[in-house]
Amino acid sequence: MESLALKILSKHSGEERVEPGDIVYAKVDKVMVNDVTGALALKILRETGAEKLVGKRKTEIYIVFDHYSPAHNWDAANSHAELRFFSRKYGCKLFDIGYGIAHQILVEGIVKPGELIVGADSHTITYGALASFSTGIGSSEAAYVMATGELWFKAPEPLFVKIIGNFGISVTAKDLALYLLKEFGSEGALYRSVEFFGEGLRNLDVNDRLTVSNIIVEAGAKTAIFPYDNETEAWLRRYGVRVEDEWGELKIEVSDVESMCVNLSALEPLVSAPPKPVNVKHVGDLEGTPVDQVFVGSCTNGRFKDIVALARIVKGRKVKTRLIVIPASLRTLKRMIDEEVLKVLVEAGAIIGVPGCGPCFGAHMGVLGEGEVMVSTANRNFPGRAGPPSAKVYLASPYTAAVAAITGQITDPRPYVREVLEK
Amino acid sequence: MNLEGYVIIVGDSVDTDTIIPARYLHKSDPEWLAQHVFEDSFEIREKISKTPKPIAIIAGKGFGYGSSREHAVLALKAAGVSFIIAESFHRIFYRNAINNGLVVIEGNIRDYVREGDLVKINLSEGVITIPRTNKHVRFKPLPRKLLEILEIGGLKGFLRKIATEEH
Repeated sequence: MESLALKILSKHSGEERVEPGDIVYAKVDKVMVNDVTGALALKILRETGAEKLVGKRKTEIYIVFDHYSPAHNWDAANSHAELRFFSRKYGCKLFDIGYGIAHQILVEGIVKPGELIVGADSHTITYGALASFSTGIGSSEAAYVMATGELWFKAPEPLFVKIIGNFGISVTAKDLALYLLKEFGSEGALYRSVEFFGEGLRNLDVNDRLTVSNIIVEAGAKTAIFPYDNETEAWLRRYGVRVEDEWGELKIEVSDVESMCVNLSALEPLVSAPPKPVNVKHVGDLEGTPVDQVFVGSCTNGRFKDIVALARIVKGRKVKTRLIVIPASLRTLKRMIDEEVLKVLVEAGAIIGVPGCGPCFGAHMGVLGEGEVMVSTANRNFPGRAGPPSAKVYLASPYTAAVAAITGQITDPRPYVREVLEK
Repeated sequence: MNLEGYVIIVGDSVDTDTIIPARYLHKSDPEWLAQHVFEDSFEIREKISKTPKPIAIIAGKGFGYGSSREHAVLALKAAGVSFIIAESFHRIFYRNAINNGLVVIEGNIRDYVREGDLVKINLSEGVITIPRTNKHVRFKPLPRKLLEILEIGGLKGFLRKIATEEH
């Protein structure tokens, strides 16, 4: 058994071998803050006098305006202005409003396999899909990393998951992710490094892996990591990354005894019902629930592949709910324009938002009113997450979300998807 | 380090969206955050307003579930929370708490306390005391490295030290 997370951690800490539970200081390759957590990190750097150390380390600093994109009030606008100034002064890499969600921008050619990356946002865990060790931290720690280039880590105990089989019609990586949440529960992967292996991985492209890694944090995981393989290489090449031979060593080799096993062929469309992401049910158990709004977007499912899945279903139809579509990045939006997906969506009645987090964050663009119901492709549905506590958020795949938009209620997507794919 | 607080009891998987809703995160002023702590969770909010300060939160599994927002810790501290004892914590919240000098202890004492009870802790010896029943419960002391962070006043203390030493 060889944990990829521990391998990466040991390389970055200079320790020959790191065991689960060890507390080690490790060099950080990249640190990311967004417009919510970045403003607080900046305040901490100022208050402690540590601002003068920023930019003196090898660690690259990324600042992304995605939660308030564009600014929705004076405070957010002021935070943006401060962070722009800071970024210019210290040579940080800034992605201003409209570039998209940090977790999408960073996997579009910035994150490299084998790196150790931290971000002041819990969904930083997403980059494990590219065989890197990435995890969420707070603002104080982001400030600390900016000033020192390193951070303490408690080495996580691995939790291996074997993937076999292939998805049936209308079943996607989101359903796999929700299945895992259901199995784990909200503390089932607490502090663990969830590591995937098995022949079924060839049926998970990097889009799919990003969805899975992203959502595993809802079970408490520290990192959710996929091995480096042909899929990873193809993805990196597409984004202009020069591939290095040594990445071939970023493997996860495990015997079956030590792991849980998921057969993709046996999965069905799933939906997470409020009040928390791990409250996962079969779509049939919620069939007929009236829906006011559908949101397709977020760092979980706002990529081109997800938006194409939506477009396939709504093409030539008129939606019965409000449908908000927010591309995860500017590149995604450009591709939607180039491949005429945007036209299909707008003609079906979709509202297109600025690339960013949108209503998933609950402070901006598309929040719900009292008692309203949203089917969302995002990752969280706590009471009050995207509107008043009486509003309800159901988390589902882009197919399930798309079908809810055209029927006006939670619906088993399979007959609709089958019809479209057979055309 | 010795601390004491008056008990409020909460359940499992208390998430950071519930502690401080996203719509208040555009300001990081602790007083502002404290005004809105648990705003959407009427029951917990009531307990916080009725219980004498400092407060000891006694929780179940997975306290601090969800978002990385450090504002959750700032809000709890400013609302008068002195320490939290939970069966388990979600990892980013745990780190944020230590980094801001908010004491977090893994343990289950829900069966031994009532709402409003006084609870005392001795951090270096790893003992929780409930004076009403004269009950003592041991807990695993925090790792040395984390105690150092608490003693220096959180990660900010470390940053100040580094900033002074390095020019």
